[in-house]
Amino acid sequence: MLTFIIRRLLWTVLVMFVITVVVFVIFFKTPGVDPARALAGRSPNPQTLAEIRAQLGLGRPFPVEYAIMMKKIFITRDLVSYSNQGTRVIQEIFAATPATMSLVFGAAVLWVVMAIAVGIAAALLRGTIFDPLIMVVALIGVSAPVFWVGQIVNMISQGSLHSTVLFSWVPPLGYTPFLQSPGLWFRGLVLPWITLSILYIGFYGRVLRANLLEVQNEDYVRTARAKGISERRVLMRHTLRTSMITFVSLFGLDFAALVAGGALVTEVVFGIHGVGFLFFESFQSLDLPTIMAITIYGAFFIVLINAAVDIAYAWLDPRIRPT
Amino acid sequence: MTAEPLLEVRDLKVSFRTDDGIVRAVDGVSFSLSEGETLGIVGESGSGKSVTMMSVMRLINDPNARFEGEVLYKGRDLMKLDQAQIRGIRGAGIAMIFQDPMTSLNPVYRVGWQIEEQILEHEKISKQAAHARAIELLTDVGIPQAADRVNDYPHHFSGGMRQRVMIAMALSCNPDVLVADEPTTALDVTIQAQILALIRKLKDEFGTAVVLITHDMGVVADLADRIQVMYAGRIIEKGTRRDIFYDPQHPYTWGLLGSIARLDRPKPRRLAAIPGLPPSLLRLPEGCAFGPRCPHRFARCDERPELLDKVGDGHLDACHLDVEQKREVRETTIHPELIEEVT
Repeated sequence: MLTFIIRRLLWTVLVMFVITVVVFVIFFKTPGVDPARALAGRSPNPQTLAEIRAQLGLGRPFPVEYAIMMKKIFITRDLVSYSNQGTRVIQEIFAATPATMSLVFGAAVLWVVMAIAVGIAAALLRGTIFDPLIMVVALIGVSAPVFWVGQIVNMISQGSLHSTVLFSWVPPLGYTPFLQSPGLWFRGLVLPWITLSILYIGFYGRVLRANLLEVQNEDYVRTARAKGISERRVLMRHTLRTSMITFVSLFGLDFAALVAGGALVTEVVFGIHGVGFLFFESFQSLDLPTIMAITIYGAFFIVLINAAVDIAYAWLDPRIRPT
Repeated sequence: MTAEPLLEVRDLKVSFRTDDGIVRAVDGVSFSLSEGETLGIVGESGSGKSVTMMSVMRLINDPNARFEGEVLYKGRDLMKLDQAQIRGIRGAGIAMIFQDPMTSLNPVYRVGWQIEEQILEHEKISKQAAHARAIELLTDVGIPQAADRVNDYPHHFSGGMRQRVMIAMALSCNPDVLVADEPTTALDVTIQAQILALIRKLKDEFGTAVVLITHDMGVVADLADRIQVMYAGRIIEKGTRRDIFYDPQHPYTWGLLGSIARLDRPKPRRLAAIPGLPPSLLRLPEGCAFGPRCPHRFARCDERPELLDKVGDGHLDACHLDVEQKREVRETTIHPELIEEVT
């Protein structure tokens, strides 16, 4: 198992290297585009362009250009945004990360717990009217777009009903760091968590139900019953455990994508200044250094989470472990 | 052997509601099993042999299934017990092994863990003691280096070895009854003999009664004290092993016997087969269910034959032919090649 983890992590490093090269090539080597101009933002003056070329060593051989850029991103971390008065990009991303993490982690907890509950409930209630009912509600959840749900939630909680008992606890839109006020942090995030997780609860609930029903017919579940263990234990230890294999692999991908900026819409709707929000802003001002840094940051995160998922996967399913 | 039977099934009926109508999978089956005895239940696919034993253990939880009759285990009617009570009997009093060892073990747990799970469910002993017992059991069923193998996953074992693990698991709580549902069907022929020998050896060591479900007459020939033959959800013949093999009464049994290759008789040009297919359980014929396939059918077969003791020594069969008639025509069904040679 240890060699498996080490090998998996070495792969991760290799994949990350390839990603940085690909991103670098896309941003700096697209034919017909002057990278300095692109990086400078809208209507740059010649001085800025010269400055950028000097700072980034543009015009020197490819490996040197690449090395300088990576040094600026990973070692000295002094890549600046030219369209945004020289803000340091990496620091900006790291400052935005806690908000995104708070949003995505909370939503993930909610969605895993609720999806498991929904999946199990539907599977257990199979044959009754409740199973199709739960599945239809889940499908509605999957179909409701986040920007729409978010706006409706805001309209209700910040609008006419804000003064009523029901929603008076909701703070104004925005994010309060946990260390500043845990209570406010929590109250401000409850509705974004729910909004973001609705889609995933519906989707994961449906996937889990299908898997549970499939595994329920497996011979080893019958064996478990024949052993005389309780239905509850059969469900938790035998049926659910193997059904979770698909769930976990999907979860890793979705979770990583959200942390990497995929929660953009939720962040924008609720005014949470996280990575997605930052991406949204830099996209509007064509702030290329920030976009590039977020791309690399996001890709790294996805690759890392994927490695974690593979390791969790090997824990869940011993058949894929190397012997 | 004359004492009260360990397990007694009385007029068990199992039916399933389906879109096409009611399927009568088991239709009035009665039998009993004494301590330490081996009962063979023989029949082809769909004859109701597995459903009978699955119903006895109440392992069918299809909401469309209906059960009637009594299943007395040590005087208690299993059909009337609640979930918690029946769970106390499953695995501890009556244990079961299944046809396909490749899929009957949970792939994500170590085999030792799976054996220990059952022991810990039924007995108040420590995990260490359960683990030690698991190793002991694996040794008993002939798994080499059991102390190491106990920590392996099912996919590290071959089919035969997995069936040994299943047997170890079934025996882990010293059950009174072991139900073996086609235990050798999914295995290679060489392994089949090993597994049967193992079941016989352990049955004696543990003093367990065995219900052996199979479609293979060769399997029961070796192991069973008594045999009952099932067809279309009913028992059509039952008796001692000797009765069934040397004085078979039902034409269906003859067909089964004729379809095994035997080394102690002249080699047939081709192995006999029973023509036709078993009837649909949705639309059973009015009379004898085997009638449409029976070469000895006559007028009375339109009315359903009862399972009666016609031979007169506890050897029951459900066929209208009388005993003498049957003894005359039987050889031509079991060994048609003998006739061919004469003509």
